[in-house]
Amino acid sequence: MKIQKIIIIYFFLLSTLYSDEVNLEVMEIYKNLRCLVCQGQSIADSNSDFALTIKLVVQDQIKEGRTKKEIYDFLISKYGEWIVYQPTLTKDNFFLWFLPYLVLVLGGLIIFFITRKSKHNKAN
Amino acid sequence: MKINFFKIIIFSFITFFLLVFWLGLKKDNSYNTTNLIGNKISSFQLASIHNSDLISDELLKQNEFTLINIFASWCAPCRLEHKYLIKLANQNRNVKILGINFKDKKNNALNFLNKLGNPYNFVAEDLDGKASILFGTYGVPESILVDKELTIIKKIIGPIGQRQFEEILKLTQ
Amino acid sequence: MLSNLGSILVFLILGLSLLIIYNAFLDIKNNNQTIKKNIYNLSLFQITFTIMSFFTLLAGFIFSDFSIINVYENSHTTKPLFYKVAGSWGNHEGSLLLWINILVLFSYLFLIFNHKHNKKFRLYTLIFQNFLILGFVIFLILNSNPFSSIFPVPLEGMGLNPILQDPALAIHPPLLYIGFVGCSIYFSAAIASILSEYNGKQFALAIKSWVYISWTFQTLGIIVGSIWAYYELGWGGFWFWDPVENASLLPWFAITALMHSVMVLEKRNTLYEWVIILCLLTFILSVTGTFLVRSGILNSVHTFANDPSRGLYILLFLSLMIFTSVIIFFKERKKESYDFNLNSKETFILTNNWFMIFFLATVLIGTLYPIFLDVLTNAKISVGPPFYNIVIIPLVIPLLFLMTLGPQFGWINSKKERLYKTLYVLVGAITINLFIFYFFENYGFYVNLILITATFLVLHSVLDAKKSFKSKKKFEFSRIISHLGFGLLVFFIGVNHQHSVEIDFNLKTGQKKKLDNYEIYFENVSIEQNKNYKSVIGRFEIIELKNKNIQYLSPEIRIYTNPETLTYEAAIKTRINSDLYLTMSNVSRSDFYNIKFQNKPLMIWVWISAFIIALGGLIQFIQKKNEN
Repeated sequence: MKIQKIIIIYFFLLSTLYSDEVNLEVMEIYKNLRCLVCQGQSIADSNSDFALTIKLVVQDQIKEGRTKKEIYDFLISKYGEWIVYQPTLTKDNFFLWFLPYLVLVLGGLIIFFITRKSKHNKAN
Repeated sequence: MKINFFKIIIFSFITFFLLVFWLGLKKDNSYNTTNLIGNKISSFQLASIHNSDLISDELLKQNEFTLINIFASWCAPCRLEHKYLIKLANQNRNVKILGINFKDKKNNALNFLNKLGNPYNFVAEDLDGKASILFGTYGVPESILVDKELTIIKKIIGPIGQRQFEEILKLTQ
Repeated sequence: MLSNLGSILVFLILGLSLLIIYNAFLDIKNNNQTIKKNIYNLSLFQITFTIMSFFTLLAGFIFSDFSIINVYENSHTTKPLFYKVAGSWGNHEGSLLLWINILVLFSYLFLIFNHKHNKKFRLYTLIFQNFLILGFVIFLILNSNPFSSIFPVPLEGMGLNPILQDPALAIHPPLLYIGFVGCSIYFSAAIASILSEYNGKQFALAIKSWVYISWTFQTLGIIVGSIWAYYELGWGGFWFWDPVENASLLPWFAITALMHSVMVLEKRNTLYEWVIILCLLTFILSVTGTFLVRSGILNSVHTFANDPSRGLYILLFLSLMIFTSVIIFFKERKKESYDFNLNSKETFILTNNWFMIFFLATVLIGTLYPIFLDVLTNAKISVGPPFYNIVIIPLVIPLLFLMTLGPQFGWINSKKERLYKTLYVLVGAITINLFIFYFFENYGFYVNLILITATFLVLHSVLDAKKSFKSKKKFEFSRIISHLGFGLLVFFIGVNHQHSVEIDFNLKTGQKKKLDNYEIYFENVSIEQNKNYKSVIGRFEIIELKNKNIQYLSPEIRIYTNPETLTYEAAIKTRINSDLYLTMSNVSRSDFYNIKFQNKPLMIWVWISAFIIALGGLIQFIQKKNEN
């Protein structure tokens, strides 16, 4: 009974949603750009003059048909890597992307060996 | 405690981390683009505020050096640096100065230049600020020194002071 | 006078710490089973003076005693009383005093609530906790004294920063500090446990409640901080992976891992070494977090005013802490052997730890990498939300799955039959998601997996709750609630993210903006003069085209004079099915305003789910108290 009630509420909530997306891609780009004159805000969140200008430039480039990567590369060539929040994959940033997965694999190995050793002990 | 390889690694790691933290304290955590030299500025075409001419990068290639200066009549620090621009215009034959009038009204800019003097060889208008992004600038005033090949050789964030003025002279011998 | 009183009290606390350490060392050599009376008395004096010192600072704020520099810099006579009080801990020096209060409070409470435990263990805990207290008190005295005075006494204070005058922000520090600083007690207890060669199971029993308290408060502190960010900062988000946010998340991962491993230590007396490591790691992460936030080494919208000398001191203290604990750990540890079956609860808890450490490592690496890169190669990069989302979110899928499965397994060994029911629930979750997929939306495969696993966890938790009620066995209840909360949280965040609408555009008054599902009419702008600010209020009419619903929203731009600041107040309509969110800022030298409009579905359920997670911790703590 409880489960049925929960399922009904679930559907009710979902039915009030609808997908609307005018500039989903544009907002995504704004969120990935860092405001150069602010203390830790993205272009999407900043109200600064600089942010407004960058938004105009991004809108222009999207109208011209540039891809996200081209826009990022353009801005990186002007302002440096610092302006994008998603670090690109370069030899400098390799460790950034690699280390977390290294930790994941190491952790998995440790657990594997612990449970394996226990199986051995059981067998003996 | 037995010293073994594993422990040495752990202690080295810890020391390394703490050392980097210590060194990091001395670094400035704010960002500026003054180190972004060596790139070429991209091609551009802007309208002049004086007449119906177009100012483009081709024009700049004819100069030994060009100082591209982002300014606006409403910008207070721009007035402070203006005298250095005038000095530069009078002293140096090698450097031509391109003014980019940033998010300004044409009349206000012309008045500004009439009152304080016009150091610029060319003045382009940038009504919505998009040209400033083309040059990789983010504030006003800001200046970029480029050579004949349009390679950026110096960036000055903020108003030009005595020190930056002398550096410009030195770089443009 | 208050300033002198405060300083005297601080020196008294310093002296008492030294006395406690000295007496405790002496008493350890003593062979009887009970702790000497004078140590209890010294601790009682210590906590009394510590609380008094905090009340002294509070009095300074409440009565606007501007002879105290700290009050002068952070308060103002016209501030409402609630914010005068909150101002005491909303600055660097005052918050340090709060840290010390919590350190001393936990030290005292641990001492008096652990009669049943080994004397040497309790004394060593007291000693190391007091070393920590000593370190912080010396830092306070030498560098960050909230009681420094100023003469001549200013007539008015400087501190009326409007952003800090918000209820959520006011309670956020105390909540978070009880989490952050609460970890200190089991840091000290871990060292004590090694030195006194204490039994693993006993150690687990000693620290269990403290782990739950610090976990619950850390969770609450993070939630309240996110709520503040959402309602006050005007970007419509609640987590930005900002370094300061990450600094509070790092200990949270460690405490969560510890909370689970302590269960294994208690039930099976194994994983002792690992629990010790986690205890040490958690407080080390807390102090590292404090270092990152207060030293100025990072660029963030949240940082306190920065001062490199603080950074140097905290770094020194952190180094001492790390080296001491690691050396003691290596010197005295005994090797353990492990005996885990694959189909046991212990293995699943180990897996939880595996995931927690992975998340911890990711956030740590992401936060520290720019610093390391800058120091080593002079290159400056930014690591922000895209990095963390790409690395962390995929792993949340297996985490949710294992979180549902794990509790179904028994200790040591499990029968296969238990799992059949789980399999049915999984099929149910997949079916529900197929319905959604078919009827409502076309989610990508990836999002489907997230929703399936989250629904799986939620459904199973609800079933477990039913079973737990029926059998009157309440001990599983807290786990069920927290896991349920987590499943709901991921579910609601997932749906919210998929269906959020965010539009950025420029409008003049009198203009309309037509979107796919909304029409936004910028009616007018009015100007209001308030007591300490002028506000520019925009009135917007929002029409939801699907159901012709009309809402009015009034975002503001506030211009404060004392200190001169500009803030943007979002207009937020929180409803049960979604939040409407509107911010407005003016475009300089133009008649246009830059408008950001958002529709955020199920937002309030995100907060509710998060609180449910914390609720589980609270329930566990209350249950434990009733048992004792």
